[in-house]
Amino acid sequence: MTHFYTKCFLIEQPDHFMIKIRVSNWQTVCKSTDISLREFGCEQNLLSRPDGSASFIQGDTSVLAGMYGPAEVKVSKEIYDRATLEVLIQPKVGLPSVRERSQEQCVRETCEASLLSFLHPRSSLTLILQVVHNDGSLLSCLLNAACMALMDAGLPMSCLFCGVTCAINSDGQIITDPTVAQEKESRAILTFAIDSTDHKVLMSSTQGSFSVYELQQCIAVCQKASEKIFLFYRDSVQRRYSKTL
Amino acid sequence: MKDTPLSNCERDFLLKAIEEKKRLDGRQTYDYRNIKITFGTDYGCCFVDLGKTRVMAQVSCELVAPKETRPNEGILFFNIELSPMASPAFEPGRQSELSVKLNRQLERCFRNSKCIDTESLCVVSGEKVWQIRVDVHTLNHDGNLMDAASIAAITALCHFRRPDVSIQGEEITVYTPEERDPIPLSIYHMPISVSFSFFQQGTYLLVDPCEREERVMDGLLMIAMNKHREICSIQSSGGIMLLKEQVLRCSKIASVKVSEITELISKALENDKKARKAGERCGFAESMPQERITALKMDETPVEMKNVTEKAEDIVKKYEAPPQSVPSPLVPAPGVGQVGQGQQNSWGLEEEDGESEEEEEMVVEDQPKNKLDQGECCK
Repeated sequence: MTHFYTKCFLIEQPDHFMIKIRVSNWQTVCKSTDISLREFGCEQNLLSRPDGSASFIQGDTSVLAGMYGPAEVKVSKEIYDRATLEVLIQPKVGLPSVRERSQEQCVRETCEASLLSFLHPRSSLTLILQVVHNDGSLLSCLLNAACMALMDAGLPMSCLFCGVTCAINSDGQIITDPTVAQEKESRAILTFAIDSTDHKVLMSSTQGSFSVYELQQCIAVCQKASEKIFLFYRDSVQRRYSKTL
Repeated sequence: MKDTPLSNCERDFLLKAIEEKKRLDGRQTYDYRNIKITFGTDYGCCFVDLGKTRVMAQVSCELVAPKETRPNEGILFFNIELSPMASPAFEPGRQSELSVKLNRQLERCFRNSKCIDTESLCVVSGEKVWQIRVDVHTLNHDGNLMDAASIAAITALCHFRRPDVSIQGEEITVYTPEERDPIPLSIYHMPISVSFSFFQQGTYLLVDPCEREERVMDGLLMIAMNKHREICSIQSSGGIMLLKEQVLRCSKIASVKVSEITELISKALENDKKARKAGERCGFAESMPQERITALKMDETPVEMKNVTEKAEDIVKKYEAPPQSVPSPLVPAPGVGQVGQGQQNSWGLEEEDGESEEEEEMVVEDQPKNKLDQGECCK
């Protein structure tokens, strides 16, 4: 199985995937029935020390996010015209390893794309994510928790973002929001960060092999699913501010 | 990130209030804050809220080779992570003094007091034993991390279930949770630590200091005890001098508090056991408070898939294949791989005879460098 990680929207496909499309005659048609998102829940402002905090739960996967900023930055890390964003992901057991570093990079690039960091030059924004339980679609849960924590901290953003994971199993069926058991049986797992204004892809992180057609289908599926998540963001923030004077 | 320093007037205010037997949150001298214990989906995961201080503990196990000096005993490993989420003063990675102190106290409290039967963790003497690893993550620091961590650690250890193992002659079988029910650890007693903070050179005493009170205190006395009134560990830090009567009085207070907390833990474990037996889904989704305005839950939602296939086909047809950006590599000489050609010199130098020679030299020099770069990419 070839593994490759794609980071931008325009994806340069190496030659052999295109050949596959011309020959296969849409053989890998993904049956898009029976797609649903697990139940999700969110709680904001649950920690007293961080400036913004949120806990996001997707089924059994649960992530706690805490946000400090804008705050003082070390001279070695300061950027003269923008805020320095630092993301830390702490796993539940053991010390952070390379996997957490790559997830941190995905989350950091998505946040930097949507935060208006030039409004806080020479400041630091620190986002800490604690994995509370991992039952599949961890990266998308991290992204959602990060966005809710940024909202809770009141940081200026040009758009909101959400993460959606989908998996392609051996029959070619697309499943959104897979559990750990479903992820194990699938041949490809794709996570996309979608922005709220144009529903375009901000970040993508994929694992496994799939065709160009399947990729575009997954993107379309995730864009549809992200609408539900953005509605959820809106509802939770509306509920939260429903009692302010 | 630096923590905001404590101002002088705050310090004076706190000390004055303590002299008048008043605390910031209205507690009495010997009162603990509200303790709340919740459990996670899998065994061995628990959250403890001590007022606003929040701590999470997770227990996991692994089969390893035992220590050479103790071939019959399992291994206990404790790790407290002072997460930067808990306080802006905690830096990631570096072991600060507080982190070392808490780790050491936790080890002394649990390992040295032999609260867990390590011999029952032995599978094959001298070859395979269970290593029980307890990770405590601090999520919010509002004072008294040590007490919260000790409650979380012992509760998680009581909640944890390890896989069942059977030995038949030479063969050892480790059963998954689906095959055989996992078994709990054998725990003799539950040591719980109680912290006392001293002010004005030992004149005033407060139990369970909050973060502000910790900042102005002179010294800290930590007594770890179990409900049978056995002291498991005592530690006095800060360099204050305590009288014998003070220490004895603290231990009496500690025994009362420990019995209350132990009862709380047992009740929480009972409730969780009942809920799991009844088949309810235990996890954070359920333990999330619904009445709060800051929390919201949404049920499983189907996603509309009407025109996904058409949209995908559209996009694939519309956009042409991307240009061949990665041409096939050439091998001009053995050991040298070349992909693409060297770029034109783009420095915009005036073309003169002397300089054109230099340019050619530079271009020639560029070529091997490019080859090396591209050769490395080919790897």
